[in-house]
Amino acid sequence: MSPLPPHETAAGAAAKTRLDATLLDAVWDAHTVRELPNGDTQLYIGLHLIHEVTSPQAFAMLRDMGLRVRHPERTFATVDHIIPTESQRRPFADELAEAMMKELERNCREHDIRFFDPAHGEQGIVHVIAPELGLTQPGMTIACGDSHTSTHGAFGAVAFGIGTSQVRDVLATQCLSLARPKVRRIEIGGALSPGVYAKDVILHIIQRLGVKGGIGFAYEYAGPAIEAMSLEERMTVCNMSIEGGARCGYVNPDEATFAYLRGRERAPQGAALERAVTWWRSIASGPKARYADRVSIDGATISPTVTFGIHPGQSLGVGARIPRPEDVPDDERASLEEALAYMDLRAGAPIEGTPIDVAFIGSCTNGRLSDLREAARIAAKGHVAHGVKALVVPGSQAVARAAQAEGLPEIFRAAGFEWREAGCSMCLAMNPDRLTGRQMCASSSNRNFKGRQGSPAGRTLLMSPVMVAAAALEGRVTDARELL
Amino acid sequence: MSAKRERITGRACVLRGDDIDTDRIIPARYLRAVTFEGLGEHAFEDDRRQAKGNHPLDDARFAGARILVVGSNFGCGSSREHAPQALMRFGFEAFVGASFAEIFAGNCTALGLPCLTLAPQDLARLMDCIDLDPAQEIAIDVTGRSVTCRAGTLRASLPEGTRRQLVEGSWNNTAVLLEAGGAIESTADRLPYLRDFSATS
Ligand code: SF4
Repeated sequence: MSPLPPHETAAGAAAKTRLDATLLDAVWDAHTVRELPNGDTQLYIGLHLIHEVTSPQAFAMLRDMGLRVRHPERTFATVDHIIPTESQRRPFADELAEAMMKELERNCREHDIRFFDPAHGEQGIVHVIAPELGLTQPGMTIACGDSHTSTHGAFGAVAFGIGTSQVRDVLATQCLSLARPKVRRIEIGGALSPGVYAKDVILHIIQRLGVKGGIGFAYEYAGPAIEAMSLEERMTVCNMSIEGGARCGYVNPDEATFAYLRGRERAPQGAALERAVTWWRSIASGPKARYADRVSIDGATISPTVTFGIHPGQSLGVGARIPRPEDVPDDERASLEEALAYMDLRAGAPIEGTPIDVAFIGSCTNGRLSDLREAARIAAKGHVAHGVKALVVPGSQAVARAAQAEGLPEIFRAAGFEWREAGCSMCLAMNPDRLTGRQMCASSSNRNFKGRQGSPAGRTLLMSPVMVAAAALEGRVTDARELL
Repeated sequence: MSAKRERITGRACVLRGDDIDTDRIIPARYLRAVTFEGLGEHAFEDDRRQAKGNHPLDDARFAGARILVVGSNFGCGSSREHAPQALMRFGFEAFVGASFAEIFAGNCTALGLPCLTLAPQDLARLMDCIDLDPAQEIAIDVTGRSVTCRAGTLRASLPEGTRRQLVEGSWNNTAVLLEAGGAIESTADRLPYLRDFSATS
């Protein structure tokens, strides 16, 4: 097909003429196939990512309906949740994990889907590898049977986590039935203080707006503190949009986005990249864009943030004291009391100094190279405290190689951390990395739900990778700024 | 077309508490499987074990319940369809609550399970009424958007599009989406990243 200048394509034109449109509007309109009788939009999905947990049942449903994958070239697969991180050697010791892996391989083979295989050094957490390969691009609609698909919004994509029936829908039709979300612009003004990271920003946002605050919204993150962030940091912020109740979150694409994509294996190259950049610029929210809601937060007021409870909204600055039931609004009291009882933490006590048993650095929130680099700066300054088990798990095999090239595994190992192979690891209880009993874990992951890390009584304190590293060294929650 | 879900009647089970997440509904260790079979018996497993028989799902008064009555933000957390699958396989056919996490509600619709919401005071009335008389039959009228118990008929909310899908039996989206036919590819052909600068192959 002959290349057209972007403004001559329908999508480019639609986006260009609407200075009052948000990125969400522009992308939504460009991908609309039709309006459905139920009021939803039939939305074309430009990139579909699958993994071993939520896809096998979808393929089975497809088979039951006698259907094939409509556009196998738009779907990419990897394995992340169940893969053991001590050794990825096949067959996996856990028979259930091995069966899931085999099923994924079979489905990819049968349906001609590209599989990023651990045996070829291409594997990683789905939300880590798609961006690093350049698959994730501005202006795309992206879907994956995993709620943290919101991560890809860091590039100015509209990216949704979906359920298994919807995975089937995308496989069969390359479309989803979706309701257009409203857009809330969240501006982080000013500059972040030293030692404050993207993770602290998103934990702070969720603490302010609540875990239900984002229901019905897409979050548009903007403002100087967001613009100053690298793409990896923006991914950390967008990753946890879902924890704030928003189904997707995004940052408008800018020079940093284009620079990140330049030279990536599956991103456009040369003249195609120049055409792409023109379109990518055109879809960013216009200067007169209208938002359903706006929130602004002064970045300078954010401190290193730690959760103390059983959902990601229950957090506080590391120097603050755990709230007392009488200090919070009525509708939060029961949840706070439940959290304090489960976590065995005392109302009114400082969070700093809380002893930990396990430290986990990794996950799709914070398992990328810059996360490991920052954590290694702390690790280089000491040794993991006696009795603490500390794990560093790169988010992908490519991240592992890049870390190796910089000598990070040696730094971590010398400090007493275990250096593992790529996967979701202790973020959730689907592989051998789990908490036991009532262990307290300082974790760079995204969920502190009861039992999330594998022990029904296990406890999670979410924080940035740097804060996890500091907690590992001290054996207790510590203000990492004192070690940086 | 899938089955029509116009009305669901049966006993109800009351599960109090807000922000009940999908890890609690179905602990992740039960996701290590390639089918949804057998998930029903593990619904709320960790909570139930900790409650040592005092969990509503183990309460003999609620045995055989087809309706689950919950608080706000039910089903938050992961996008796993395993959560509604586990509850459906446990025996629930409908949910009534203060609010539902979006992905959870969407997953339920895709399985033909209505998630109706009630105003806070109505939800409290419904919960109290069921607690007083767990044997009573609760009627959910999906078509007319209401929940009827001994205490009366309560007005419920359900998005109009979802209501239509359920009552018309068009909640299996794949069939509906396929009807667009070639319009799917013509939309793709207009997308700059597919026609102009596609680099993925
Ligand atoms: S790292 Fe955790 S949150 Fe991310 S995809 Fe894996 S299990 Fe899900």
